[in-house]
Amino acid sequence: MSDTATMNHGPALGRRAFLKVSALAGGGVAIAATLPVAARAMAQGAPAELNAFITINPDNTITIIGKNPEIGQGIKTMLPMLIAEELDADWDTVSILQGDTNAAKYGPQLAGGSFATPMNWMPMRQTGAVARQMLLAAAAQRWGVDVASLSTRPSVVVHEASGRSATYGELAGDAAMMPVPDMASVPLKDAADFRIIGTPIGGIDSPKIVRGEPIFGVDTQLEGMVYAAFERSPVFGAKLLSANTEAAKAEPGVIDAFVIEGNGNPTELVDGVAVIASNWWLANKARAKLDVQWDNAEWASHSSAKYDEDARTFMAGGNPQEVFSAKGDAESAFASAAKVVEGEYSYPFLAHVAMEPMNCTALMKEDGSIEMWAPSQTPQGGQGAVAQYLGITPDKVTVHITRMGGGFGRRLNNDYMVQVAAIAKQMPGTPVQLIWSREDDVRSDFYRPAGWHKLSAALDEDGKLVGLKDHFVTWDIDGGAFNPAVMPANEFPFNYVDNVSYAMTKMPTAVPMGALRAPTSNAIAFVFQSFLDEVAQAQGKDLPTLMLELVEGAEAEPDTMGFVGPQPGFKPQRLRDVTTKVMQMAEWGKPVAEGHALGFGYYWSHQGYFAEVVEASLNDRNQVVVHNVWVAGDVGSHIINPYGALNQVEGSVIDGLGQALQLAVEIEGGAVKQSNFHNYQLPRMPMTPQIHVEWVLSDHSPTGLGEPALPPVIPALTNALHALTGKRVRDLPIDTSKLV
Amino acid sequence: MAVTVKINGETRDIDAPEDMPLLWALRQELGMTGTKFGCGIGMCGACTVHVDGQATRSCALPIGAIGDREVSTIESLGNTPVGQALQQAWLDKDVMQCGYCQAGQLMTATALLNSNPNPSDEEIDNAMRGNICRCACYKRIQSAIASVAREEDTANV
Repeated sequence: MSDTATMNHGPALGRRAFLKVSALAGGGVAIAATLPVAARAMAQGAPAELNAFITINPDNTITIIGKNPEIGQGIKTMLPMLIAEELDADWDTVSILQGDTNAAKYGPQLAGGSFATPMNWMPMRQTGAVARQMLLAAAAQRWGVDVASLSTRPSVVVHEASGRSATYGELAGDAAMMPVPDMASVPLKDAADFRIIGTPIGGIDSPKIVRGEPIFGVDTQLEGMVYAAFERSPVFGAKLLSANTEAAKAEPGVIDAFVIEGNGNPTELVDGVAVIASNWWLANKARAKLDVQWDNAEWASHSSAKYDEDARTFMAGGNPQEVFSAKGDAESAFASAAKVVEGEYSYPFLAHVAMEPMNCTALMKEDGSIEMWAPSQTPQGGQGAVAQYLGITPDKVTVHITRMGGGFGRRLNNDYMVQVAAIAKQMPGTPVQLIWSREDDVRSDFYRPAGWHKLSAALDEDGKLVGLKDHFVTWDIDGGAFNPAVMPANEFPFNYVDNVSYAMTKMPTAVPMGALRAPTSNAIAFVFQSFLDEVAQAQGKDLPTLMLELVEGAEAEPDTMGFVGPQPGFKPQRLRDVTTKVMQMAEWGKPVAEGHALGFGYYWSHQGYFAEVVEASLNDRNQVVVHNVWVAGDVGSHIINPYGALNQVEGSVIDGLGQALQLAVEIEGGAVKQSNFHNYQLPRMPMTPQIHVEWVLSDHSPTGLGEPALPPVIPALTNALHALTGKRVRDLPIDTSKLV
Repeated sequence: MAVTVKINGETRDIDAPEDMPLLWALRQELGMTGTKFGCGIGMCGACTVHVDGQATRSCALPIGAIGDREVSTIESLGNTPVGQALQQAWLDKDVMQCGYCQAGQLMTATALLNSNPNPSDEEIDNAMRGNICRCACYKRIQSAIASVAREEDTANV
C-alpha cells in the first residue's frame, strides 16, 4: 500500500515541529524565522506563531491548525480541542485552519484505523501545554515574577498576588522568543480541570456546510479549470489494447481525449482514456463515443457465483491450504468431544460509496512541480505516489487537504490522485478536476473482501468449549502494508480455548480489495459472534453468559506492535464491563414485546470495546424491523467530544445494519454488477431505530470511534433473528425468505 | 445557445446545451457549488433544489426544461424563515458528520415544512426517504426537523 511510510511514522512530534515566529502571508504556510523578525512582526501587529499548530493574534484570537484529513469523523474539531484545552484557550475565539500536507511540520496526517485519538491524545495536548508555558514565561519576564506564581484563565495570564493580567494576544510576541520547553516533561492539566475536553462541541465547519459554501474537494474552483472523466475497463485486471478518441473529441465542449497508460499498480493507475471538457457532464457524456478495445484476459470469466461454489467446495473438502494459527491439539479435542457444533458463514464484497464521488484537482506547473487539492485519507501517501509517478521529489508535490464527503476507508487509496496527476501532466499550466461518476465509484472500488468460514466447536461432557476450528476461505491478494483479506491469528476466543486450529485457503482474483470501516472486524465479528451464539445455545446458555465465562478470571494480555507503534493488548475486564453494562441497559433476560426478540453482539476492534443488543421483529411483509439498539462502549478515560462521539456510534450502528440487511457487491463477467444507489441500497431514514448509547469510562488513554461501534451490531441483529425465528443467518446480507 | 434561468431571484444566462442538467450548470457554469453531485440518477437527493418551491433533483432536470419556473438553491436558503430555522436546528443538533448530503437534506426538509408545517414522525420519514446520508445522521435530521416543526407550531398557537 502506498501509505506504508505514513502509517509507520511514530506519533512523536519532534522539536523541529516547533517554529518560532512568522508573519503569516495571506494565511499561507508559516516559515521558521529568526528572533528579530519576531519583534518586528509584533511591532507591526502581526500574528505570532508559537509553534507549528498555534498562532496567537494581537486581538487575542487564536488560530489552531487541524492537521488530519476531515472525512466526517470530526477530527478537524477534535484535535484542536486537545490543543486548546492545554493552551487554556478561550474556545469561542479559536478558529481552525486545515493544515496542508507536511509530514516534517505536522507529523503523521492520516484518517484511518481510528488512529487519530490514540496517536494524538498526548502530542496535541503537549503542543498546547508547551505554548502555554511560553506565554507564562513571557508574563513572568515582563512582570519580574516567578512563573510558579502565575496562572491562566481562558486566553489570559494572571498574577493573582498583584492582580495583574495580560491577554495571550498581548504576550504572544514575547512568548514566541521564549525557550521552547521540553515536550515530554511539560506539565499537563489535571483531568478534573478540563473545560473543553468532554464538552459537546459542534463541527467547526458546520455553519459553512448549512450555507452551501465551497469546502469539499469537488468544490475546488480554479481560474481556467477544465474537467476530466476517465474511462477504464469494467473488468478488473484488464489492459487497454487500443482506443479511438476522434468521435469523442468532436462532442460539444470536449477539449481533448487521450490514452493514459497504467503503471501496473491498481492502487495507483490503471489503463484508461481521459476525456477533457469545459464541463464534467459534457466530458462524461462523451465517454459513450469512445471506441476502446480491452484485453480482459482470463478475468472476464470470474463471478461471485463461481467464487461461492469454489469456496464451498474447499470447505467441504476439509483440506485447508494452510494452518495459520494453532494451539494445543484440536484434532484430539474433536476426536474425544461429547458434542460437536458446526456452522458455515459467508459475507459478500462491499463497496464504500462515500457520498462525495472520488475526485481530485491538479495543476501541473511549467517548472515540473504540481499543486493538488486532494480529498484523501492519506495525503502524505498520495504525495509520495504522485511524486514517484511523475519522477519528482515529494517537495515538488503540494497537496492541499480538502474536507471529504465521507471516506470509510475508500480514500486510503490514492488512485484518483495519481490519475489526475497523469492527466495534468499532459496539460501543464491548465488546472484540471477529475471527477468519477457514481457508476465509476461503485465499479472501481477497493472492496471489502467477501469471505467464507467453516467453524467447528468441540464440547466436552460438561459442555465446556474445549476445541475450536475455523477453515477460512479468502483471497490470494497482495495486501501490502494492510491486507484486508486476513484475520487475526489470535482472533477471540483463541486465547481462551485450549485447542484451536485456524486454517485458510486462498483463491485467485483480480478484484481489488481494501479497508472498509472496521476492516476485517466488520466481517469477522458477524462470523465469530454468530458461531459463539450457536455454541452458547448448545451449552444451554446465552452468548453474554458464555463471553463472561470464557474470560472469567483472565488477566490483561500483553501489548503488541501495531501499525503505528505499541498497541495495547486485550483487556478482559473491559469486555466484562461493556457486556454487563449493555445487559443492564437492555434489561437482558426480561420479557420483550410479543413478536420481538433480543440479540447480543460484542467486539473489540481499533482499541474500542463494544457490546450491543438489538431488538428486532419481522413485519407482515417478512421484512426485518429493528426497534432498538443498546450500545455500551469503552474507549478509555474520556469522551473528548461527546457530540462527535455519539454521532459516530449512531452512524456506525446504522451503517452496520445496512450491511447486514441489504448490501452486497456481486461480480459478473469479471466486473461489478451493481452500479448506483438503485441496486446498491444504502440505509434510508425510515429504517432508523432508537439507539441508546452509554459509555464505560475506564482507566485507559482515549481511543478512536470511527470504527469499533460497527462490528458488533451485525451479529447482535442476526442473533436476535435467531432468537425470534430459530433460524440461523449464515450468509450476509440477510435473506429473510430463509427465516420462515 | 444561452439558456436563461431564474435562480435565487436573479436571471442568469447559461451558455450550455439545453439538455445539460441544472446540477452541472449550477456547479460548473455558474460556480454555485453548494448543490452536490451524488448519483446523477435522482436516487440520493444530494442535488436537491427548489423549483417553484418544490423539492427537485437538479441532476435530472435539463436547464432547457425549466422555462419560467424559479429555482432556488442552498445558497439562498438562509433568506427564508423556515430555511434559516432549519439551518440553525442543524447546528443546534450537531446533525452532520461529513456534511456532503446536508444541502440536499436541508432543501428537502424546507420544502416539507413549507407544505406541511407540523409533520408527524412518519411524514418526516416519508418526505426524507429520498435523501441518502451515507454517514447515517438520520436520527439527528429527524430531531432537527421535528424541533423546528414544534417551534412553528408553538408560534402559531
